[in-house]
Amino acid sequence: MMPSSGISGHAAHAATSGPARLKTSVIDRFSEPIAAYLFVLPGAALLTILFILPVIAIFVIATTNWTFGSANLSFVGMRNFREVFADSVFRISFLNTIVYVLIVVPGTIGLGLLIALLIEARQSLRGFYRAIHFLPFMATLAATAVAWEMLLHPTMGLVNQAFSALGLPTANWLRDEKTVLPVLAFIGIWQNLGFAMVLFLAGLKAIPIDLYQAADIDGADGWFDRLSAVTLPMLAPVSMFVVVVVAIRAFEVFDTIAILTQGGPGRASEVLLYTLYRESFEYLRTGYGAAVTVVFLGIIVTLTLAQVGVMEKRVHYA
Amino acid sequence: MAGLSISGVSKGFGSVRVLKEISLEIEDGEFLTILGPSGCGKSTLLKILAGLETQDSGSIFLGKRQLDGLRPKHRDVAMVFQSYALYPHMTVAGNIALPLRMRRLKTWQRLPLLGALLPGTAAIRKAIAAEVSRVAAALGIDRLLDRKPAQLSGGQRQRVAVGRAMVREPAVFLMDEPLSNLDAKLRVQMRAEIKELHRRLGTTFIYVTHDQTEAMTLSDRVVVMADGEILQVARPQDIYADPCDLRVAEFVGSPKINIIEGRMHRDGLIDVAGLRLPVDVTAAAGARILIGVRPEALGLAEPGSNDVISGRVRLIEHMGSDVFVHVEMPGASGLFVVRLPLERTSGIQLGELLELGLRPGQLLFFDADGRRIRTSSSVTRIERRAFG
Repeated sequence: MMPSSGISGHAAHAATSGPARLKTSVIDRFSEPIAAYLFVLPGAALLTILFILPVIAIFVIATTNWTFGSANLSFVGMRNFREVFADSVFRISFLNTIVYVLIVVPGTIGLGLLIALLIEARQSLRGFYRAIHFLPFMATLAATAVAWEMLLHPTMGLVNQAFSALGLPTANWLRDEKTVLPVLAFIGIWQNLGFAMVLFLAGLKAIPIDLYQAADIDGADGWFDRLSAVTLPMLAPVSMFVVVVVAIRAFEVFDTIAILTQGGPGRASEVLLYTLYRESFEYLRTGYGAAVTVVFLGIIVTLTLAQVGVMEKRVHYA
Repeated sequence: MAGLSISGVSKGFGSVRVLKEISLEIEDGEFLTILGPSGCGKSTLLKILAGLETQDSGSIFLGKRQLDGLRPKHRDVAMVFQSYALYPHMTVAGNIALPLRMRRLKTWQRLPLLGALLPGTAAIRKAIAAEVSRVAAALGIDRLLDRKPAQLSGGQRQRVAVGRAMVREPAVFLMDEPLSNLDAKLRVQMRAEIKELHRRLGTTFIYVTHDQTEAMTLSDRVVVMADGEILQVARPQDIYADPCDLRVAEFVGSPKINIIEGRMHRDGLIDVAGLRLPVDVTAAAGARILIGVRPEALGLAEPGSNDVISGRVRLIEHMGSDVFVHVEMPGASGLFVVRLPLERTSGIQLGELLELGLRPGQLLFFDADGRRIRTSSSVTRIERRAFG
């Protein structure tokens, strides 16, 4: 952005300066772009050091057999990638991640929207409900994960005690292959709900009241008709944004897995980022880990591009 | 089809009383404009008529049918919003069709895909599409039916909003400042189109505006509101020439009416700006009288005449055929604006002392509270006040 705005600013300036100002305009012609690049420099440097160079490094390392701490390495071409796609652990990890995302995203969007609509419909205590639903998003995940561990404890945990008091089946939630992923996804929903809710609330506030009034007069005055004629279509742009951000956050799930299950039992809660971490920093197979990272990066970039594409084409009204 | 009758409608928001005991009879097929400054309660009144707000007291009848408590969709009224309030995700055709879809199709018939397969749906949808294209053709937007509102110009959006109101064939059209988002040129054009639409449909139109030109040009009758009250209901020409309240006189007319302060000398005589006006006015001696002088109610004084007030010229504005001369006048609030024909102003200089002749029949008198004091016979003779 910055270099181009610097240049356009220069053009506007040159257009206004007459022959009398020739001398200054010659100086400006050189000094303005230089100033613009100087302004851009700190941001560009940070971006390069912290983002662009590491990404390039990842791509390079992914083609080597480097192990962390080792003094020598050799290039192995695409071998790491072939290994990644042939590896059963990676496949399980990939599928688990997809399942996790497929539970977390619709759950977060649905519940977030529902809570936002309920809060918006109520006059009183709005601030209170907003705050308590937003808290999990603000809280340190490592700390809340420990709290969840207590709650889900097979014998002392409040969840099992409550379930047995109500006559519902209990389980060893985090140690059972069948329940572990849904339970982790539930925690993921709980954690992202506030974020989705706040964005939906902002979206709801931005809907002009005129539209609801027009809908009333046109006869779309039931809750379902108002929702389908005004609320949901008007929330489409913000929904698209929430879907993509929550999806990316769900793909990035790591802390709860690392603290609560370490990918277990067996490989039942192994997810992409945890695999990546284990390969790179526990088994020190840095080259292989880098290949997993490249695949992971591919997924995230695809998601983001899809968002931009859909946003531009379909849900952008004005 | 029937007239609309509003009686004793009041509305408050918290401690603010927005509407105070509004009563109004609107005839069938009338074009009625509610004119007033922003915050006078005119839009609230319109929303109460539409059913979007509920009045605290009072009632509204459309013919013999009481509208109070009815939901907006059951009132047989349509509304055009200032912002147009078009559904941005729907095409023009979708926007215009929505009121009919909501009325004629059941919930399950409106469902996408599935709805189309249900018996009867296709025929109803076809009928709706036919009416939409008829309305669109009448408004000249039939080639825009597949566009979204974001792809339309202001004037086109305005037409779509009118089309969405028209398609239901309502008994009453409510319009809330529909032209205020358009540029000046388009506003004049759309004004003419709305007038033409009213003539063609013959339906009752209630039109809210703060623009006096719209009120004067469009209406059969104008309601002037201020501070939640109706000040006057009259034909446009009477609102201008025969205002019943100082606020009406000040709100209507451009440039604004000149107000000059006078004192009752005794019954039948008012002292103002060095003149003693014989007027048919009865009030306590010494009472404050406000005299309204329209800019065209003054002319350059004929030589030798004595019904003359004079002031210094401070500003001269050329408006083409007319010239507005702003004169500093003792006793007047602000500069006095005089409208003179161009050919009579050639010699006038800034700072010059200008002598102006009053046109006695055109003066308006108000008491200290701003109420009009009517005079049966207007000023007959003006004499120079004897000083000392």
